[in-house]
Amino acid sequence: MEKNITCIVCPVGCRLTVKKNEDKTYTVTGNTCKRGEKYGVEEMTAPKRMVTSTVKIKDGALRLVPVKTSDSIPKELIFELMELLDDVEIEAPVMVGDIIVENVLGTGINIVASRDMCKVS
Amino acid sequence: MKYDVVVVGGGPAGLGAAVEAKKHGANKVLIIERDRELGGILNQCIHNGFGLHEFKEELTGPEYANRFIKMVEENDIDYMLNTMVLSIEDKKIIALGEKGLIDIEAIAIVLAMGCRERTRGAIDLAGYRPAGVYTAGAAQRFMNMEGYMVGKKVVIYGSGDIGLIMARRMTLEGAKVEAVVEVNPHSSGLTRNIVQCLDDFDIPLLLQHGITYVHGKDRVTGVTISKLDSNRNPIEGTDREIECDTVLLSVGLIPENELSSDTGVELHNTTKGPVVNNKMQTNVDGVFACGNVVHVHDLVDFVTKESRIAGRNAALYVLNKIENNETVETEAGDGIGYIVPQQIDTKLGEEVNLFMRVRNIYSNRKLVVRDGDEIILQKKRPHMIPSEMENLKLSAELIKNLKGNISVCVEEA
Ligand SMILES: Cc1cc2nc3c(=O)[nH]c(=O)nc-3n(C[C@H](O)[C@H](O)[C@H](O)COP(=O)(O)OP(=O)(O)OC[C@H]3O[C@@H](n4cnc5c(N)ncnc54)[C@H](O)[C@@H]3O)c2cc1C
Ligand code: SF4
Repeated sequence: MEKNITCIVCPVGCRLTVKKNEDKTYTVTGNTCKRGEKYGVEEMTAPKRMVTSTVKIKDGALRLVPVKTSDSIPKELIFELMELLDDVEIEAPVMVGDIIVENVLGTGINIVASRDMCKVS
Repeated sequence: MKYDVVVVGGGPAGLGAAVEAKKHGANKVLIIERDRELGGILNQCIHNGFGLHEFKEELTGPEYANRFIKMVEENDIDYMLNTMVLSIEDKKIIALGEKGLIDIEAIAIVLAMGCRERTRGAIDLAGYRPAGVYTAGAAQRFMNMEGYMVGKKVVIYGSGDIGLIMARRMTLEGAKVEAVVEVNPHSSGLTRNIVQCLDDFDIPLLLQHGITYVHGKDRVTGVTISKLDSNRNPIEGTDREIECDTVLLSVGLIPENELSSDTGVELHNTTKGPVVNNKMQTNVDGVFACGNVVHVHDLVDFVTKESRIAGRNAALYVLNKIENNETVETEAGDGIGYIVPQQIDTKLGEEVNLFMRVRNIYSNRKLVVRDGDEIILQKKRPHMIPSEMENLKLSAELIKNLKGNISVCVEEA
């Protein structure tokens, strides 16, 4: 079995061909770097995505602060994660990389802040 | 106030240029930004995908901006926020800030004002003017920075990257995106964004379709869409109505150049940005430009590359070390929409990156560079599309030996 997919790991967007071998392993071609190979196999077995969103912040310069998953999470958890983030509210100040939610949904992955925001009273 | 280098605009282009100017010997560097913070459009682009070339890491927009803001602070570069540059004449800048009008004298100026989105007026959308029609970027700012949800049932017009990214963002926030409607036979966004923003959420992309009417008087209630023929005229009998409360427009960006043209900077017909050479110099002495003000980039990493060249040469200009020699022109040949830079100083002794866009979708072709009639470089390209910028490196050796104008064409491989 062969499948053509677009690598979405970086904006280059290489066109990958993933082939399932007799021994259940996969061969990826068309990738320009190692990350593409890993993505190709994962997309066929257990697709994952990075999620970026915002959470509410008290006393910040803006009403929201952007956050992201520290690594990609299983695709089927995305909406559950979004629901969880709805109820999160933090207090300024916050710095890039600060952990906002630890081990989210038991994935071992953290939700971290993706910008600095100082406190304004 | 007197400065060596004044940078207009505090987006990634301006930040990169300022840091580089400082590093190359400009003593007093100032950035003027009309917004309340530095970072430009990146502050609202909270998704990931930035910085892979530049930092070998995948960052979000605010994280990418943050790295450059830190460099600006470490390098002791001055900046003014909430301040808009109104005019530039003979290196005299007039800006309007919180305390009123400010006069600033500069030796060199870097234009880095970015671009703006095309609006409803630009595409003549028929119908009343109900609430609920936004440009995708405005909606992005509302949702990601100000904390307002802009709608529940959405149709997106145009498949530019910002529209695609907003299709995902709004879906994640609980809205239903009914469709992305695109007049061209191909998407105008990056393929990876079609995959992860539309396919992932089963959002239909309707190619060769147009919105022919926006319904609703106070608030959008729906749109009529039709299939288009090859001349972009609606095909009779193909129209149908889609109910929605919001229309997002993602129909292109235009470099922001009122200021530049008032200053006497020559603009290019296709790019709508300043005509520049490989030093990112414009036709006005001491005025440089970089980033989206020159041409619309799809990757911020390339903006940074360009801004370094502009910043360094602005510093060299201040130090009186810039040389201006004979230049040759670059010409967009068959299949190529435009090339930046438009001029190359052949004595500079540096490699040159040609940035260009193809006019159509091409498979298994090659890009051919000619010096007059002689082929000096050709590169195979399995796949090229207009939405993904192509880039060709001409080595210092090649540049040194150029005899005349060079052209780039798309040809059969
Ligand atoms: C809505 C939108 C979303 C985008 N999303 C992405 C994306 O997801 N990924 C990507 O790689 N690229 C994206 N782009 C392209 C993006 O513009 C570039 O990657 C990059 O941000 C361009 O940098 P810049 O510094 O040239 O422009 P900008 O980031 O636009 O910065 C220009 C700055 O100049 C300031 N300015 C303008 N005029 C004046 C004046 N007269 N006086 C003072 N200040 C002034 C503006 O306020 C702004 O801060 C997007 C563009 C837009 C418009
Ligand atoms: S294979 Fe590597 S270079 Fe190509 S899109 Fe994937 S991550 Fe980017």
